[in-house]
Amino acid sequence: MKPIRITSTHQSITFSRRMLLLGGAQAAVGGLLIGRLGWLAIAQNEKYQLLSESNRVQLIPVPPRRGWLIDRFGKPIAINRASFRVDIIPQQLEKDRDIVPEVARLLDLEPDDVDRIRHELAQSRGFQPVSVADNVPYDQYAAITVRLPDLPGVAASQGFTRFYPGGSAVGQLVGYVGAANATEYEKENKNPLLLVPGVKIGKEGLEKALEGTLRGQPGGQRVEVTARGRLVKELDPKPDISGGTVQLTIDSDLHQYAARRIGDQSCSIVVLDVSNGDILAMPSMPSFDPNNFSDGISQAEWKMLSQDDHLPLVDKSLESLYPSGSTIKPSMAMALLNAGIDRKQRVNCTGAFQLGNHTFHCDKRHGPLDMDGAVVHSCDVYFYTMCLRVGAEKLSPMVRSMGFGEKFDLPFDHQRYGTIPDPEWMMRKYHREWQGYDTVNMSIGQGMVLINPMQLAVMASRLATGKRVVPRLLKNKPVTPQTQLAVDQDHLDFIRLAMAGVVDHGTAAAAKLPLDGIQMAGKTGTAQTHNLSAGERGNYTAANWKLRDHSLFMAFVPFNNPRYACGAIVEHGGFGAAVAAPLVRDTLLYLYDKQKALVALDTFEQSIGGTLDERVARKTAAWRQANGFPPLPAKQA
Amino acid sequence: MITSAIIPRPLARLPWRLIFLIAAIATFGLIVLYSAAGGSAQPWAVKQGIVFLFFLGVAIAMSWMSEATIKSIAFPLYGVTVVMLVGVEALGFVSKGAQRWLDLGPIRLQPSEFMKPAIVLTLARFYELVPAAEIRRWRAIWPAAVLLGVPAFLILVQPDLGTCIMVLLCGVTVMFLAGLPMWIFIAPLAAGAVAAPIVYNMMHGYQRKRIDVFLDPESDPLGAGYHIAQSKIAIGSGGIWGKGFLHGSQSHLDYLPEGHTDFVFATMAEEWGLVGGVLLILSFAAVIRWGMKVSSNSKTRFGQLTAAGLSATIFFYVAINLMMVTGLAPVVGVPLPLVSFGGSAVMTVMLCIGLLMALERQQRSVSTLA
Repeated sequence: MKPIRITSTHQSITFSRRMLLLGGAQAAVGGLLIGRLGWLAIAQNEKYQLLSESNRVQLIPVPPRRGWLIDRFGKPIAINRASFRVDIIPQQLEKDRDIVPEVARLLDLEPDDVDRIRHELAQSRGFQPVSVADNVPYDQYAAITVRLPDLPGVAASQGFTRFYPGGSAVGQLVGYVGAANATEYEKENKNPLLLVPGVKIGKEGLEKALEGTLRGQPGGQRVEVTARGRLVKELDPKPDISGGTVQLTIDSDLHQYAARRIGDQSCSIVVLDVSNGDILAMPSMPSFDPNNFSDGISQAEWKMLSQDDHLPLVDKSLESLYPSGSTIKPSMAMALLNAGIDRKQRVNCTGAFQLGNHTFHCDKRHGPLDMDGAVVHSCDVYFYTMCLRVGAEKLSPMVRSMGFGEKFDLPFDHQRYGTIPDPEWMMRKYHREWQGYDTVNMSIGQGMVLINPMQLAVMASRLATGKRVVPRLLKNKPVTPQTQLAVDQDHLDFIRLAMAGVVDHGTAAAAKLPLDGIQMAGKTGTAQTHNLSAGERGNYTAANWKLRDHSLFMAFVPFNNPRYACGAIVEHGGFGAAVAAPLVRDTLLYLYDKQKALVALDTFEQSIGGTLDERVARKTAAWRQANGFPPLPAKQA
Repeated sequence: MITSAIIPRPLARLPWRLIFLIAAIATFGLIVLYSAAGGSAQPWAVKQGIVFLFFLGVAIAMSWMSEATIKSIAFPLYGVTVVMLVGVEALGFVSKGAQRWLDLGPIRLQPSEFMKPAIVLTLARFYELVPAAEIRRWRAIWPAAVLLGVPAFLILVQPDLGTCIMVLLCGVTVMFLAGLPMWIFIAPLAAGAVAAPIVYNMMHGYQRKRIDVFLDPESDPLGAGYHIAQSKIAIGSGGIWGKGFLHGSQSHLDYLPEGHTDFVFATMAEEWGLVGGVLLILSFAAVIRWGMKVSSNSKTRFGQLTAAGLSATIFFYVAINLMMVTGLAPVVGVPLPLVSFGGSAVMTVMLCIGLLMALERQQRSVSTLA
C-alpha cells in the first residue's frame, strides 16, 4: 500500500476532528463530576449528614444523682453526700507545663495515683476529664480552689459520694457501690457514663440488684468539638433524671438495734411482720462498712475482711446454710398431727435411741413425754420414734410448706435455698435408698437438712399465722396474698401453745419478754457442726470456735395474736437457748419498749467491750498491728 | 469586547467577559477562603487576593504579546525551566531532602509550575516546525517524547506525582491534537489496562493498601482514607443548598484536612451545596470553552496547538482536583486553580490565561486586517 501524502489540509481536518474529540471528552468529564456531586449531595445526603453530625457533636454524660434507699418510715438507709473532687481537663492544660506534680503535692497523692493520672492523661480525649482525686478533704479542696487561676486544666468540683448512715450494720443489706471495672463496662455495651470520673455503680447487695432503678438517666452535655478534641461551644444540654428512691420494708432503727445486739457473734437475725411478710430487719454480722467501699477500699482493709473467719463479706441471712436443729420440731409436730399421731400419746425418753446398730442420743433423759412436752423440752427421742412411725414421705412436704428449702423472690443475687430431703431427692442426688437413719436425722433438723435464717423467720411466721407468709423487702412490691396452709386450726392452736410453753417453762425459759401481757412463743435449736465425741457433748464453750454448735432460735410475738416473727442463727454460738434466744428476745422487745431494750443493749455492750464502732476500730487496729500495717490516722469528725 | 466612547480603546479591547468570569471564580474562592479561616480574611483570603490581582495584571499585560514573541520564547522558557528543575534536584541532593522550590530571596519559585505552560508552548512550537508530511513519522514522535519525558521524570523524582501527571497530560494533549497516529495513544492505554491487575499482584502490601483505600476509603477512615472520607462527608452533608456561609462544620471544626488548599472544593460544597459546586464547574467549563474557541479560531498551527494545550492545562487542573475530592481519583495533590490557597497555581493558570488572551487578541487584529 502506498502511504498517503499528508498535506496541511489533512492536518487541519485531523485537528478539527481531534478537537471535537477532546471537547467531547472534557464535557463528559464535566458531566461525570456533576453527576458525582449530585450522587453525594442528593442520593447520599442523609448518610453524610449523619456522619457529619457525629463528627461535630460529642456527648459528655452528666451522671445522674443516685436514688436513695429509705426504710419503711422514710428514714435514709443509703443517701448521697456532697463531696469534693478534683479532675484534670486535658485540653485546658498548658502545653509545656507539667502540673501533675504540683497537684499531687497539694493533694498528698501517692506515687501510684500519680502514675495512674499520667497514664489516663496520655490516653484521654481532650474534653473528657481525668479524675485526680475523689472525696478530697475540705482543706485540700480549698487549697486547690485558691490556686485554680495558676493551675490551668485543673477543675475542682463538688460531686456526690454514697453515704450509709447505718455503717456496717447495713453492709450486707445494701452492698456497696464502686467505679465500674472493665468487665462491667463491656457488659453494658461500653456505656460512656461508666467512664465518667466519680460515677459509681452497685457492686453488691441491693445497690447492685436495684441498679436499674437507682441509677437514673444520665443527662448529656452536648458539645461541639473539633477534630483535635477542642471544645468549641456547648449545645442545649439534655437534663439528667435522678435515680428513683426505693423504699424498703426495713425498720432501720430495729435493724440497727439487732445488728448491735448481735455483738461479736457471727450471726444473722431476720424479723418479719407476719401480717404482710415485710422484712423489718435482716442484719448479718459482722459486716463491712459500705461507706469505706464507696471511696474505694484499701488493700489492707480488703485483706482483713476476707481473712476474717466470721465471714463479714457474706450475707448470712440468705447466703449461709445451717442445719436447722430442733427448730424444725414444731413443723415436724404439725406433720405428725397431720399424719394422725395422737398428741397425748407418750414416748419414754431414756436419753438414747437405738436404730439398727447405731445409737442416737437425746441431750438428757426426759422420761415419758407427750407431744407438748417433747416440743417444750425439745426431746429428740420422741421425734425419732414418732417420725420413724409416720415416714419421711409425710414429713418433708409439711416442713417445706412451712418455708424451709423455699425460694423467695428477694432482690439479692447470691441467695442459697438449702435442702429439705426426701426419698426421691436422695435417689436423685446420692443415688441411694432412703434409710431409717435419714428420717431420724431429719426429725431433729440434722443430716441433710439445710436452711438459712430467712427461712427460719418465715417458718416462725407461718406457724404463727397458719398462712403462707411470703417475705418482701421492697415496699412498692405488692404483698403476696397469704393463702391458708393445709393445716388444722386445732393443730395450729396446739403448736402455738407448745411454743409458748418453750419460752414460758421450756428450753427458752430464760428468754421471756420483760413485758406485761405480751408473751413470746418460740423454739430453740442447737445444730451440730460435726459428729461430737462423747467427751465433747454438752461442752458448748469448747475452745475451738469453729467446732462449736450453731445456736438457733425462732419466735413469734404475741403468742396469742401473732404480729412479728423472728429467726436467728448464731454461728458456733453454742446452745440455742443461751445465745440466740436472748438475742431474739431483746430484738423483739425493741418493737414494744425501746427504752427497756436500749438499756438491755447498753448492759450487753458494756459486757463485751463497748459499742459497735469502738469494737470495730479496736479490731482493725489489732489486725493492722498483727499484720504489719501502720495504724490508721485518727478519723476526722 | 465593549464598545464605548468613554472607555479607552486598549481597555475596551480586552476580553472582558473572560476577565469577569475569572474574577468571579477568584472572588468566590476568596469568599470560601474567608470562611475556611473561620470567618476571617486572615491568613488566606487577603494574601490570595493580592496574589490574584498581581497575576491578573501580569496576564493582562501579557495579552499584548504577539504570537511571534510567544513563539520565540517557547524553547528558551522550556530550556530555563529544565535547568531549574535540575537545579532543584541538585539542591535537594545537597540538603538531603525532598525539594520542589528554589529559594530566590523574597519568592520561592516552583519550576515545575512553569513547566505546565512551557511544555505546551514547546511541543506546539515543535509540531509547527514538523512538516505536515512528516507527522506520522518516527522523527515527529521521539523528539516530542524526549521533550516531554525529561521534565516529567525530573518532576516525578522530586517527588511530585500530581504535577508530573499534569505535565504529561498537557504534553500528550498537544501531541494528540498535532495529529500523531492514534495507536500511540491507544496502545499504552490498552497495555495499562492489561498490566494493571498484574502490577497490582506484584505490588508490596503497603502499595496495594493505598490502592485499596482509594477504591474504598471507608475501609480505613482514620488512616490513609481519612482525607477522602472526610471530603465526601463534607460534600455529601452539604446537600443541594449547602449548610450556609460560615456554617460548614466539617471545615470549621478541622475534620476536613487541607480545607483551604487541595480540598477547598469540599469546604465550598459543604457551605454552598450542590448549587455552588455546579456553578463553579460551569464557570470553569466556560473558561475552558473560551480557550478551546481561541484554539479553533486560530489561523496558525502554533496558535491552535498552544491555545488548546493551555485550555487543557486548566481543564486538567480542575478535573483532577475535583475527581480527587469527590473520591473518583486518588489523592495526588493537585489544587483547584483560583480557589485553592497558594500562589503557584494562581500563577500558572494566570500565565495560561495571559497567553490565551494574547492569542485571542492576535486573531481579532488579524481578522480586522483581513
